[in-house]
Amino acid sequence: MRAQFVLSEIGVGLRRNLTMTFAVIISVALSLALAGGSWLASQQVDAMKGYWYDKVQVSIFLCNKADAKSTPSCSKGAVTDEQKKAIKADLEKLPVVETVFYESSQEAYKHYQEQFKDSPVAGSLSPDQLQESYRVKLKDPTKVQVVSSAFAGRPGVQEVQDQRKLLKNLFDLLGGMTAVAFGTMLFMVIVAMLLIINTVRVSAFSRRRETGIMRLVGASGFYIQMPFIAEAAFAGLVGGGVACGMLMTGRYFLIDHGLKLQDKIPLVNFLGWGDVIKVLPLVLVVSMLMPALAALVTLRKYLKV
Amino acid sequence: MIRFDSVTKTYPKQNRPALRDVSLEIEKGEFVFLVGSSGSGKSTFLRLILREERTDTGMVHVLGKDLARLSNWKVPQMRRQLGTVFQDFRLLPNKTVAENVAFALEVIGKPRGTIRKTVPEVLDLVGLAGKEDRMPGELSGGEQQRVAIARAFVNRPMLLIADEPTGNLDPQTSVGIMRLLDRINRTGTTVVMATHDQNIVDQMRKRVIELEKGRLVRDQSRGVYGYQH
Repeated sequence: MRAQFVLSEIGVGLRRNLTMTFAVIISVALSLALAGGSWLASQQVDAMKGYWYDKVQVSIFLCNKADAKSTPSCSKGAVTDEQKKAIKADLEKLPVVETVFYESSQEAYKHYQEQFKDSPVAGSLSPDQLQESYRVKLKDPTKVQVVSSAFAGRPGVQEVQDQRKLLKNLFDLLGGMTAVAFGTMLFMVIVAMLLIINTVRVSAFSRRRETGIMRLVGASGFYIQMPFIAEAAFAGLVGGGVACGMLMTGRYFLIDHGLKLQDKIPLVNFLGWGDVIKVLPLVLVVSMLMPALAALVTLRKYLKV
Repeated sequence: MIRFDSVTKTYPKQNRPALRDVSLEIEKGEFVFLVGSSGSGKSTFLRLILREERTDTGMVHVLGKDLARLSNWKVPQMRRQLGTVFQDFRLLPNKTVAENVAFALEVIGKPRGTIRKTVPEVLDLVGLAGKEDRMPGELSGGEQQRVAIARAFVNRPMLLIADEPTGNLDPQTSVGIMRLLDRINRTGTTVVMATHDQNIVDQMRKRVIELEKGRLVRDQSRGVYGYQH
């Protein structure tokens, strides 16, 4: 295979179809930016859910030493072992309760560190500032009230928290936006595919003299198809590069600068640069494979080999 | 070299077969004229040899291979041992003479050194030495056909298929092209040439195969274009 020959053929082909090539690049860039964006958004939701969100519905936080001064419900001091045993036994007696998990303050610290590893607040806490807790999974997730009325205000209990109440609306909003982005992405992918198919078709037609001669002198099917596939893959890769740029700019603008969400909502563990960069290679690979496959399928129909 | 066994070929949506029960054999080193009026099946005959088409019934062997049993991905290998020349030359207008010939070697992945060596040789053989850097548009019809022949012959094929190579040329130029094809034939390459050119066939006195409405009606060694009635 003569690389230089193939490369010059690709260059000629792309220049000949400059407007179509641009259309392919833009549509690939948009569809992949949307795909990458919605993927990152769902990762963001997962990161914010933390360790317990999908596992339990109610959290019963127990008093620790620090709470004794600051929280009225803990004025009698930290929770005792007897109180803990009694709470656990009563929890397990409730018919709505399916499973009870115990989280020590050390475990709470570990989960906290994991969730906020990219955030400046991670270092500001020590294990003994975090409460031990019982994390309760219910048979019927809506029966949170049963647990909270039974345990709120009980000695040793700092707070009974409905796990979903706080974040559910936010997650619903994010989930909805992700779904819209994903749906738009599907349409953009269709547009990109149609453009690629048409570009390859025009390209194959405008080079039918060359390909006819190639066939006659016994060039292999691969050699005949390669320039078209490489052309599509190259245009796609440029589009993928643009998509990567859009994702990076998006994070930069939304979180660090411009909207400065990190400053405005410091308690949210926003995705770090590492999470964004992890997505980019996948975007690039897809940006090449998608047009290459579309070209291959098109050529089977429009280019006799 | 080429063997047809009871070959019949009908194109889709056509009532009459383009070829009907044709059997013949062409030996290595032969020079064969294929004659017959338009629609007699000459082009179909050549397309079957090139495996551009497949037979309905009957077998075609080319270079010892049964084309019906040759898998698609092996067809290019087979075609590398054939050269093809057409009435309309089929040159690439944006490439020079030398580039046009080199193209045939580039696309089958020949090393650059081989290309640099063989292209001038074959251009010399067809009588185009010194015109390597001309564009096809600057050449006469006869010279363009010489480029096409150079391209067909540059890979030293066993078999040269020519579909009316003199169809667009004046008689004087045609004679030159025929001399060239004769020379190529003398190097051992089998030549099969479809033609309407009565003078050429009568002068060359080679084997003549005549098709009429898809049937083989004449196979004559040292023949002429038509019977003298």
